[in-house]
Amino acid sequence: MPKGVALLAIFTRASQPVRKHHAATRATRILSRLLIYGALLFWAFVCLFPIYWTVTTSFKSALDVTQGHLIPWLDFQPDWKGWRSIGLSPDSILGTSTARAEFVSRFENSIITSVGASVLALVLGSLAAYGLSRFRCRFGWMRNDDILFFFMSQLILPPVVLALPFLVLYKALALLDTRLGLILLYTLTVLPIVIWIMRDQFNSIPVELDEAAFVDGLSIWGAFIRIVLPLAVPGMVAAFILSLVLCWNEYFFAALLTSTDAKTLPVMVASQTGSQGINWWSMAALSTAAIAPLVIVGILLERYIVSGLTTGAGK
Amino acid sequence: MQNSSPVADDRHHKLAPHRVLVSRKNAGRALVVLASAGFLLVLLIQILHSIGATTAGYTDWRPVLYAYLLWAIAFGIGQVTIRGERGQRALFLFPAVFFTVAVVIFPTLFGIYIASLDWNLSSFEGPHFNGLNNLIGLFHDDYYWNALRNMIFYTLAVLGEYAIAFGLALLLNAEIRARRLFRVVFLLPLMLSPVAVSWMIGKSLMEYRFGPAATLARDLGWDNPAFFAFPWVARLSIEAMDAWVSIPFIMIMLLAGLQAMSKEVLEAAKVDGASGWQSFWHVTFPLMLPVSVTVLIIRIIFKLKLADIVINVTAGGPGGATDTVSSFIYRVYRDRSNVGYGTALAMFYLLLIIAFLTVLLRLSKRWTQKVA
Repeated sequence: MPKGVALLAIFTRASQPVRKHHAATRATRILSRLLIYGALLFWAFVCLFPIYWTVTTSFKSALDVTQGHLIPWLDFQPDWKGWRSIGLSPDSILGTSTARAEFVSRFENSIITSVGASVLALVLGSLAAYGLSRFRCRFGWMRNDDILFFFMSQLILPPVVLALPFLVLYKALALLDTRLGLILLYTLTVLPIVIWIMRDQFNSIPVELDEAAFVDGLSIWGAFIRIVLPLAVPGMVAAFILSLVLCWNEYFFAALLTSTDAKTLPVMVASQTGSQGINWWSMAALSTAAIAPLVIVGILLERYIVSGLTTGAGK
Repeated sequence: MQNSSPVADDRHHKLAPHRVLVSRKNAGRALVVLASAGFLLVLLIQILHSIGATTAGYTDWRPVLYAYLLWAIAFGIGQVTIRGERGQRALFLFPAVFFTVAVVIFPTLFGIYIASLDWNLSSFEGPHFNGLNNLIGLFHDDYYWNALRNMIFYTLAVLGEYAIAFGLALLLNAEIRARRLFRVVFLLPLMLSPVAVSWMIGKSLMEYRFGPAATLARDLGWDNPAFFAFPWVARLSIEAMDAWVSIPFIMIMLLAGLQAMSKEVLEAAKVDGASGWQSFWHVTFPLMLPVSVTVLIIRIIFKLKLADIVINVTAGGPGGATDTVSSFIYRVYRDRSNVGYGTALAMFYLLLIIAFLTVLLRLSKRWTQKVA
């Protein structure tokens, strides 16, 4: 086996021939292992360092920032400075703090809009996906595939196209700067993804199960809710998490359509970045708090994201 | 999209012959007609009120929204009573269709109307019609074309993201220890908000004076590590941040494809004496083509919306070198309040996207068929 190629043989999970135990093959094997783990560790560093940097910076003072200290306790003495500035440090959490009040209200807005939109998209999307997966539908000249394409084509609409019409319409509908307005808009942006994931999920559930349910006397909706839906939970979790990520992180619409009441976390983070000066510790604390919920969700539910997308990509 | 196979005929349930009573049918029709009339009435009242013909009316258009919702519900009930089981099936699709029509079709049409207006929020005179002037102005707007050229760069960079993501997916698919841990770690950037990332990386890690990335660059011999001062460096820095956030998505999709691939094919290639590189290039890569095309197209669609990072890190600078179309239009709205012109730019961009993606879908379909 040529040397440089051994790496790829292991990538592609080819098993090593058992009989060859020459020193040369052993050497290439060890070398390729080293390369693989080296690459893995390098990329793990690339992924983690910015997060590590942000979290540690929230505990640094100005001097530690300018001198580029990196390791807590060894390099610098951690301090609650950043967290105190948004009122979330142990000594300030019980007192009153306007910064914290603002942060909490933005946090609340973010949770309500992203969860609300994800739930709404999941309900609308699952229903539509089931209909497209099981029945032959027709709207005028549109067949199943055309209807699916119609839904998927919403994905290509750039936010800038909708932003202004929505600004004007929401003003007329008194939905400007409301959570409901954002929820409706976010639902729209994630609906295609939900339909896409859920349709593949439903396609992977054998249609015989529905038929057995009909034989048992269940109606279409009964079969859907009591038999099919419980089996589609993994896909629903995946679709929900993906929608949650997209809605939680959405900035463009939130920046244009909210001003005081319904402002979400990304807008707050962005408005703080604009102000110059080395107020790094509070920015770092704010960023950490803004990304923490999804990082936790990602660590805990990573399995579902992968498995939900697998049913999609597997076909 | 690409990978979703057309629904085979045998998946569909056979329609049970159900007869719907004539009286029920009529009741259903009456309900639909009544609801439609009610909705139109509310709409009419509000239109008359807003143009000042009548004093009776509502302070805002919210009631029209409720009327639409009620109409949609009544329409659904009507369908079930008129068409029986067929109606029940259609009921699965109605909510999503009505929702999409209300929040996409109508605003888009409204947007086309706005695009033909000369409407600046900061000027005293209100909107007035100026036909195609916005469109003509657009062709003389160098910044807009500059942003479009930048989009070509950003879109091409997707290929680079894809190559890295493919490498990572292969790594994760190899026989390694602690695979789950690495998978979680590699997935994390996807979870982060681009706005937070633009501070975390763009404004602090890459900060000129004491960001660790700048320090590292100085140690490596770059005397003047200004990541956002020179056009190409700035563009690459923005692209690096966007890649950092989005590579995990491509990687996960490719990993899913790799895991779904049958191992027998690779074993067979091995038996036939194919080297690692050969079996990758002649077996793995072609088999992964459908997944690759799907994920690339999705990624390009998202790339064409790129705005958050640019707005928050460089605001398009230096001299428009990092501008995306979205971030440029955002500034037209925000800083110049030029509503009509901004919308015209957005509409033109939408047309370009549709044309580009149509060609891309056609080509990719032909290409996958030829190779596979």
